[in-house]
Amino acid sequence: MALPKAKEDALAARLASLTLPAGKGWLASVRSEALSRLTAMGLPARRDEYWRYTDPTSLNAPAAPPAVRFEPGDEAEPFDGMDRLKIVFVDGIFDPAASDDLSLSGVTIERLALAGDTDIHWAQGLYGQLEARGQTPVARPLAALNSAFATDGVLIHVTGKAAKPVSLVYVHKSDTSDAILHHCVKLDAGACLTLLENGPAAARFSKVMEVDIADGAQFHHVRIQGRDHERRAVTHLFARLGAQAEMRSFTLTANGRLTRNEAVVELAGAEGRAHLAGATVGDGDFHHDDTVFVTHAAPACESRQVFKKVLMNGAVGVFQGKILVKPGAQKTDGYQISQSLLLDEDSQFLAKPELEIYADDVKCSHGSTSGAIDETALFYLQSRGVPRRRAQALLVLAFLAEAIQEIADEDIAEEIRGRLERWLARHGSTG
Amino acid sequence: MLEIKNLHVKLEEEDKVILRGVDLKIGAGEVHAIMGPNGSGKSTLSYVLSGRDGYEVTEGSAKLEGQELLEMEPEERAAAGLFLAFQYPVEIPGVGNMTFLRTAVNAQRKARGEEELSAGDFLKVVREKAKTLKIDAEMLKRPVNVGFSGGEKKRNEILQMAMLEPRMCILDETDSGLDVDAMKLVAEGVNALRSAGRSFLVITHYQRLLDHIKPDVVHIMAAGRIIKTGGPELALEVETNGYADILNEVG
Ligand SMILES: Nc1ncnc2c1ncn2[C@@H]1O[C@H](COP(=O)(O)OP(=O)(O)OP(=O)(O)O)[C@@H](O)[C@H]1O
Ligand SMILES: [Mg+2]
Repeated sequence: MALPKAKEDALAARLASLTLPAGKGWLASVRSEALSRLTAMGLPARRDEYWRYTDPTSLNAPAAPPAVRFEPGDEAEPFDGMDRLKIVFVDGIFDPAASDDLSLSGVTIERLALAGDTDIHWAQGLYGQLEARGQTPVARPLAALNSAFATDGVLIHVTGKAAKPVSLVYVHKSDTSDAILHHCVKLDAGACLTLLENGPAAARFSKVMEVDIADGAQFHHVRIQGRDHERRAVTHLFARLGAQAEMRSFTLTANGRLTRNEAVVELAGAEGRAHLAGATVGDGDFHHDDTVFVTHAAPACESRQVFKKVLMNGAVGVFQGKILVKPGAQKTDGYQISQSLLLDEDSQFLAKPELEIYADDVKCSHGSTSGAIDETALFYLQSRGVPRRRAQALLVLAFLAEAIQEIADEDIAEEIRGRLERWLARHGSTG
Repeated sequence: MLEIKNLHVKLEEEDKVILRGVDLKIGAGEVHAIMGPNGSGKSTLSYVLSGRDGYEVTEGSAKLEGQELLEMEPEERAAAGLFLAFQYPVEIPGVGNMTFLRTAVNAQRKARGEEELSAGDFLKVVREKAKTLKIDAEMLKRPVNVGFSGGEKKRNEILQMAMLEPRMCILDETDSGLDVDAMKLVAEGVNALRSAGRSFLVITHYQRLLDHIKPDVVHIMAAGRIIKTGGPELALEVETNGYADILNEVG
């Protein structure tokens, strides 16, 4: 079907600003398939149902809108004290000097930019494949664009228990950088990996991560999205879980003019577990969109979506979350909660929670709320001598607690709490 | 200690006057009781003293050891030594009771320029004070007042008071909802805190609390004013005859 003229033009303008990375091996062919998908779909538009609450214009634009870096002052880098294997990208370009050696027991790690020219590669069965699967029932053109044009990324194959977490660090330096990274993670049966991500990455950042979690494997993912106020990001996490596999993904977002985080998760084997959580704090010119699609395709799986947003001074939060239970996925346990705490009347939360169930023996619940801070509780704390800002921070952290609880590692959870506390101390609302 | 002069208060949102010229003076180390019919303004007085939003002071003053309370933020009043045991203690889901207590104690110490208590020292003190109030370790771990019974909430208020060591304590119907044994515990908790430098204002409907916490002075409040002040015998008179005689006598 031909695209409408406006979509045709937008796509042509965007494509004119991009070049397909050179190459001749397996990667070149999956890139060209991705490009065909993109050309058939066109870029997202505000009129698309899936983009009703978030304007994709700046994500579609041929050039990245400029974004100045945020100076974090003397606050330590995330995960600073942790024993981890660090892989650093600066404005989307691999930084060998700042990165650790890529060898790690239980894991093989390669750079996408160096792994594409062979005829055969394990990532062939993953790169662009989960993304392509994730294009139905809803189109995700920006993910296809990423698969076609990603300049680098990492291919991680986990064969056993990873000796330490792999930590992707995204440094933002140039005000006009436009980074496109694509990662693939394959966990063999019974393998375990903790993957950390942090940093703003670029003025505009597009990232896709495809994760294949085989039977009984565990994938833990914690991401701290960079604090730059003006940055923009669109990210996709595609995951497929085998029987008794486990995935936990948690994202902390503080600041950023525009963030669209999509997660597309398929529970494909019996008794799998997928937990997705997010804690978001936004002040002022801030738009944050969590779009989540969880498919229960096998029986007796558990999924949780816990997304909490604290919004002030006109910040906007969006949640579109769906649980799809396919025929035969009996004994499904699906839970979804999205909540916002609005610290003033200028901020808003737009939520579209959905359930679609084709099995009869399932337990699914979803809820979405939006509310103000509890003034009575605030006064109670103040009457005990706790200053208003600190009292507010305590109540905000209490509100976010359910999302933070989804982090398996208690030290990381503690770091996240600390970061939120410091952020809240800097951004107390005026109310 | 506390000196309230000609305090007039109305609701901020409506034209409803609640306090109509309250005068009250409590000396250091004294225990005063306020009794009075429902809706006479007792809780409002305690809220206005501690700085709750929603009330407008149209006239008058309230000084704690010479410092004007009415111009301070609630947390400043607390740091200055004021404490209110709420008639209806507030539930705070997600905030642990222990975290709450420790944050409060350390915030006040900080405000007064004192050093914060270490986690270990704090724990020791809380455990000891909780024990005398028969508050178990499990209750300390739970979120503030969430799922507490009425009596547990009131004991938790007294625990906070014991930890914060305020100089002016206001107890708003701390006896309501308590069984006989719990009331004794609470009264013992209060009596243990009585000292020459600490004063109490006890709001209650019943003489039985005053059997345990012996007041020096008893006030009767009606329609937003203190209409009669006397000794402990005044409470006994209310207990037997109700308020009708006093209200008639004052007109
Ligand atoms: N925020 C408010 N909004 C509306 N009315 C209020 C408010 N606060 C107090 N009032 C009214 O002011 C009057 C005094 O209330 P207050 O709670 O101070 O009485 P009280 O003496 O403590 O009564 P009780 O013995 O029942 O506890 C009542 O008529 C009450 O309804
Ligand atoms: Mg009352």
